[in-house]
Amino acid sequence: MSYLDDLYQEIILDHSKKPRNFKELSDANHKADGYNPLCGDKVSVYLKLEDGFVEDISFMGSGCAISTASASLMTQTLKGKSLGEIETLFKNFHNLVTGKSSASTELGKLAVFHGVSQFPVRVKCATLVWHTLQAAIKSKPETVSTE
Amino acid sequence: MRTGQQIIASGRYQTLNPWLEVEKIREDFPIFKEKIYGKPLVYLDNAATTQKPQSVIDATIHFYSRDNSNIHRGVHLLSQRATEAYEHARVKVQRFLNAAESREIIFVRSVTEAINLVAQTYGRKHVEAGDEVLISAMEHHSNIVPWQMLCEEKGAALRVIPINDDGELLLEEYEKLLNSQTRLVAVVHLSNALGTINPVKEIIEMAHQWKVPVLVDGAQAAAHLEVDVQDLDCDFYAFSGHKLYGPTGVGILYGKADLLDSLPPYQGGGDMIRSVTFEKTIYNVLPYKFEAGTPNVAGGIGLGVAIDYVNEIGLSNIAAYENELLSYATEQLCGIPRLRFIGTAHQKASVLSFVIEGVHAHDVGTILDQEGIAVRTGHHCAQPVMARFQVPATARASVAFYNTRDEIDVLVKAIHKVIEVFK
Repeated sequence: MSYLDDLYQEIILDHSKKPRNFKELSDANHKADGYNPLCGDKVSVYLKLEDGFVEDISFMGSGCAISTASASLMTQTLKGKSLGEIETLFKNFHNLVTGKSSASTELGKLAVFHGVSQFPVRVKCATLVWHTLQAAIKSKPETVSTE
Repeated sequence: MRTGQQIIASGRYQTLNPWLEVEKIREDFPIFKEKIYGKPLVYLDNAATTQKPQSVIDATIHFYSRDNSNIHRGVHLLSQRATEAYEHARVKVQRFLNAAESREIIFVRSVTEAINLVAQTYGRKHVEAGDEVLISAMEHHSNIVPWQMLCEEKGAALRVIPINDDGELLLEEYEKLLNSQTRLVAVVHLSNALGTINPVKEIIEMAHQWKVPVLVDGAQAAAHLEVDVQDLDCDFYAFSGHKLYGPTGVGILYGKADLLDSLPPYQGGGDMIRSVTFEKTIYNVLPYKFEAGTPNVAGGIGLGVAIDYVNEIGLSNIAAYENELLSYATEQLCGIPRLRFIGTAHQKASVLSFVIEGVHAHDVGTILDQEGIAVRTGHHCAQPVMARFQVPATARASVAFYNTRDEIDVLVKAIHKVIEVFK
């Protein structure tokens, strides 16, 4: 498989064309906006946290295939997860897309992003939504940025 | 908005087929020996920066190996050689722009610095509360932000000349915007995001009827169009060395001598003074008044050599060849399904900006990169242009005289691959 096929795997293309949980969450109690000034990707994460667990999560925004698929798959993965689990997942995900380690089992479908590690300039596309999620958890009032 | 077919049907591009030995020219540029992922480099990002011929690279090496010293200071031989080479480069720039005098040529770092210089000198002196500065809707951030900063400081207003769906300036709207409060017009000669060539001579003439000076941002134009500042009658003209096959870190501001003379200095420091006491400083004459501190000497000399190189081929030959190549590229690309051009002006040069329906520009860029093709993807430091055309980003191929039809064919094939991946 070429690096390109590795990057644009079927599941990533599918989620970029038909993003899941792509909506505003009316009963969200946490929200943050993310922006990558380099490429103009924008994402908003809506989060409903109950007792430290993700009851519901969604996102809105516009971006490239990698950032859209990353957001879509992240929201799917995180439903029902605890804040502690999210922290571990982000760490593992970050290590995966930066090529520092291979996919751990708990990453599940997110392992599909391993191809990003061959494209250093695209790492920020994959992690923008995660940084925004972190800001949402902390409920920072300002827009977060990957810069 | 015009489609690609309409552009071609209008007969705007003529097949001139000028005699240009492109294969031989390419040998002057060592970078074309580079392989990208094992493939030949197809460099179509000339609007971002151009590649450097060996003569420019050699001139930089020669300076640091043989002549390196500071200029305008020492009585020693090296300083004399360095000063002479640097000042000779200034004369080359003067002739390149057909400026009346070499003291009208100010060395700066970049077009960005040139525009900031004018904003900080002309702007600070002449723009007051209630005044207006006029720019266009297709400006690069570097010709927006310095004026925004000035207007904010002074309580002046920034007015914007609108453009049509083809990316052409609306001159009748421009005419309406000119008034007795207008203090300066700042417009781009050749748009980096759209490829539009603006009718700057007409724009200048109209501004002068109101006695309003005009700054022309020639960052893109200098490498693709013949520029004659006296014929244009522009008050300021700025271009950068690295977009003209020269080194980075050197740019030029041309200004009419009388106007420059009347302005306060830009930065204070060495070289821009005639005498300094703690009570009073007397400023130096043009052009040194605006050149505080040790400049990019090697860069200036390198720019002079780049101008020699361009002159040898001839800008009219370059323009004719590039026009033909742009025509070919437009024709090839317009047949691709889901591809839409952004920027379809009647007068264009070098730049083909496009979007592919359902594919983000960055994904286009990544796939093209894997084929060895360098294009720019993003907002091109022209976010208001992206907003005007309601796209988050575009992919931009920009040609130079060392590009070939074969390279355009490689581009077209790669775009088909993009569409295949994102079917």
